[in-house]
Amino acid sequence: MSLTAKDMSVVKALWGKISSKVDEIGAEALGRMLVVYPQTKTYFSHWADLSPGSAPVKKHGKTIMGAVSDAVAKIEDLPAALSQLSELHAYKLRVDPANFKILAHNIIVVTAMLFPADFTPEVHVSLDKFLQNLAWCLAERYR
Amino acid sequence: MRRSSNQMGPGGVGLWVFKLQTGILILQGSSSSGHAETSKVSNMVEWTEFERATIQDIFSKMDYESVGHNALTRCLVVYPWTQRYFGNFGNLYNAAAIMGNPLVAAHGTVVLHGLDKAVKNMDNIKATYAELSVLHSEKLHVDPDNFRLLADCLTIVVAARLGSGFTPDVQAAFQKFLAVVISALTKQYH
Repeated sequence: MSLTAKDMSVVKALWGKISSKVDEIGAEALGRMLVVYPQTKTYFSHWADLSPGSAPVKKHGKTIMGAVSDAVAKIEDLPAALSQLSELHAYKLRVDPANFKILAHNIIVVTAMLFPADFTPEVHVSLDKFLQNLAWCLAERYR
Repeated sequence: MRRSSNQMGPGGVGLWVFKLQTGILILQGSSSSGHAETSKVSNMVEWTEFERATIQDIFSKMDYESVGHNALTRCLVVYPWTQRYFGNFGNLYNAAAIMGNPLVAAHGTVVLHGLDKAVKNMDNIKATYAELSVLHSEKLHVDPDNFRLLADCLTIVVAARLGSGFTPDVQAAFQKFLAVVISALTKQYH
């Protein structure tokens, strides 16, 4: 399900609207994921505090969304944009790719909560496709 | 499911094991010497007070028509392959057409009211949905993965409505509830 030109412009337009809250979305989505899908906590046993709003969660949420924002800027060539991060996830982090879907779902939930009027079904489908493509590129180097 | 039973031995110490068609497993034991050793194992879902209260609260305040319509519309737009089940709904050509389609609106309400059964029978969702499960499998031929897609859309619509009220714990309770419903609806597929 490749991104059409329309998907790309919809995602870029959405990012224009949400850019001021991108860090908050990241922190909230990550925190939520750790609560709603407790199995994801297994990747963060080195953190002192895994609760929503905690310092490590906020920091890491910001890191993740920073990378997602970067991908939006380079949306025309996601494989190239994500090549290095894919190596990191494949060889070092080894996060099971099923979790990309879980985090994507939570990013979508939080976006819907914070921007209910903007997050129409058409915007939703483009963002869903974008996150799916992003996840696919992130898993590219896994095997 | 197979039926199996172990009979009580002499002396009053008994261990009954019944595996019923509905899948409820009950294990009970009692001793004749007075101190009862009971262990109850069942595959009923366990709900915390918070989870029960959260589900009742969300549904008591829900605008069924609006939420049902929006959730189903979103599902048909975001996951267009789900339109395969609605061939007789007429115009589903684009998001605007889907949103404006009265059959979609009506059906969204039907689906959401279908969740009422589970809300009112949280301790027996599996049995409550046995008939609906057969219907979705044998008559409607719905791939059960679609239940998950619709559930995700419903979660997102409710999240948008509740805003900050949709805390992580509320989300966890709501998604758990939907997961149990999905499991029950999938149960009779073979």
